[in-house]
Amino acid sequence: MTLWRNQKIRGWIYQIAALLLVALCVAILADNTLENMRTRGIQSGFGFLSQPAGFDISESLFGFESTQPYWKAFLTGLGNTLKVALIGIILTTILGVLLGVGRFSQNILIRGLCLTYVEIFRNVPLLLQLLMWYLLLVEFLPTAREAEPFLGMFLTKAGLTLPWFGDMPVKAGFGIKGGINVSPEFLALLLGLVIYTASYIAEIVRSGIASVPRGQHEAAMALGLSRAQAMRLIQLPQALRVIIPPLTNQYLNLTKNSSLAVAVGYPELVSIANTSINQTGRAVECIAVIMAVYLTLSLLTSVLMNAYNRRAAIKER
Amino acid sequence: MVTWLRTNLFNNTFNSAVTLLLGTLLLYALTHAWGWGIHHAIWVADAEQCNAARGTGACWGVVTEKYRVIIFGRYPFAEQWRPFAATLLLMALLLASCMRMFWKPWLAALWLGVLVVFFALMHGGIFGLSVVATDQWGGLPLTILLASLSVVGAFPLSIFLALGRMSALPVIRTLCTVYVELIRGVPLISVLFMASFLFPLFMPEGFSIDVLLRVLVAMILFAAAYLAEVIRGGLQAIPRGQYEAASSLGLTYWQMQRKIILPQALATVVPGIMNNFISTFKDTSLVTIVSLYELTGSLDLAVNSDPNWMAYKLEGYLFIAAIYFGFCFSLSRYSQWVERQVNREKVH
Repeated sequence: MTLWRNQKIRGWIYQIAALLLVALCVAILADNTLENMRTRGIQSGFGFLSQPAGFDISESLFGFESTQPYWKAFLTGLGNTLKVALIGIILTTILGVLLGVGRFSQNILIRGLCLTYVEIFRNVPLLLQLLMWYLLLVEFLPTAREAEPFLGMFLTKAGLTLPWFGDMPVKAGFGIKGGINVSPEFLALLLGLVIYTASYIAEIVRSGIASVPRGQHEAAMALGLSRAQAMRLIQLPQALRVIIPPLTNQYLNLTKNSSLAVAVGYPELVSIANTSINQTGRAVECIAVIMAVYLTLSLLTSVLMNAYNRRAAIKER
Repeated sequence: MVTWLRTNLFNNTFNSAVTLLLGTLLLYALTHAWGWGIHHAIWVADAEQCNAARGTGACWGVVTEKYRVIIFGRYPFAEQWRPFAATLLLMALLLASCMRMFWKPWLAALWLGVLVVFFALMHGGIFGLSVVATDQWGGLPLTILLASLSVVGAFPLSIFLALGRMSALPVIRTLCTVYVELIRGVPLISVLFMASFLFPLFMPEGFSIDVLLRVLVAMILFAAAYLAEVIRGGLQAIPRGQYEAASSLGLTYWQMQRKIILPQALATVVPGIMNNFISTFKDTSLVTIVSLYELTGSLDLAVNSDPNWMAYKLEGYLFIAAIYFGFCFSLSRYSQWVERQVNREKVH
């Protein structure tokens, strides 16, 4: 009885009980899984990673053929995830900051448009937006034959063709030759991610700027700075301290949300893993790969952004 | 009027130029949207008229023709009054739960009661209602069911996780931290894949659970990790003195949490909880990917099956986008209202 009243001992009892409970749950689940896999004849292990994948991947950074092994397919998927995430993060930061700063414009038209943008794109599910962009790109754009160049670029049902190192795209017969082609799947995913995430970043930037005392703005005006200079040199740098931590979360969200590509057929990691599950039945292993990769990406992003955050934080003695 | 225009639109050359440029673009966009969406649009379910208006006007006929399938999914046509009534009931309860005067202990009991009635209505099998299996449920009722049950189910779990993460006991703190960070580090899709591919493997042989239940469990586990962080924020906002005062009154840990700490912590994070609810509501659209026909899935179901209307999917998307927007926008307005209420109380 006295043992039970001792807070320290009680704490240890709770902790041991919690550990046992978790261990028991894990053991039961693992046991069931192994049993089920045996009765259903599902093979386990990561050995399949070295077998040929047998499916093609429509776009990849370094080229991929169906005779190459699964681990290369996963790597290609990861490359595509990183590609869309990196470009997405850059574009969404630019758009989000512009929209957030726009909420402080003297021009009521700009303020109103920025507010409307935020409210509309934040309140419609990302998946639905992705599907809509994809539909717009593949249904309502002209075919390559009817396309007219715009600033040297072609935007057609086959995607966006851009000039690349002096190589100008030109119409040739039924298609477009030259330049570099961006697939409609990639374009839809990028558009959806950037436009959706920017609405969140705009709010983060707005509240960050709002947290800077008004006196700072007035002082900048008194020094004779223009409004643009005051925003760029005085208000934004101070707002950064409030902005960076939630901004990191949005970068992570964008990267994780790129997994919705499975719905529009852009071959990033999750989409490749999904195909692999359907082909090999190795669900446990493929899902483990997805989770391990995303956990590593989250960890890396937070480490990098925390380092930056430390630099931006107020230096106090 | 002139001064208003001066200060808000034309206060210097740059702003005047921006106003003119944006104004022209806006006017152009709005006239086109008006022309396509309203003026030249076809409002009746007539495929020929729609075909004729292609490119110049929208075909809202697809909505008037298919709205029952879009809203109720695969639920049997003659029985659709049941999901309608059940959803209305659930929404009334959600609305009541948003009002402070109903925040009483009996609200929890009411939730339980309403859920029983909801399932009885949807599933049938009693009171002479025919049985409708869960794989036939769909559309808006499923969206609302998944969203509200995920948050309601995640709530108790997230309170334990948040308390655990703040706990002085290292083992419990680590377990809770690992859970929260693990779930928050991976995309929802991978958790849903787990529900669809792995949960069946986790269960003892011969024991299978319904796909709806599996997805619901996955959504609860996912939402709980995010909600736990919101609640932890509230717990951190409670001054140390509150804990010390409670301890000096001789309250035990759970008494202290229940009577002193949690009520204050939860009240400060109501806006955060609402935001969590909004994102869960939007996230339900992902269950389409593991083949449950909620709103997004039921639209595909309604439009793809019929060659007459396949070409007018965009109009269908816009229709459900408007539904999602209606829900999420009202919820976010409500959460802003709550935030103002909380701030006003703090001043007094």
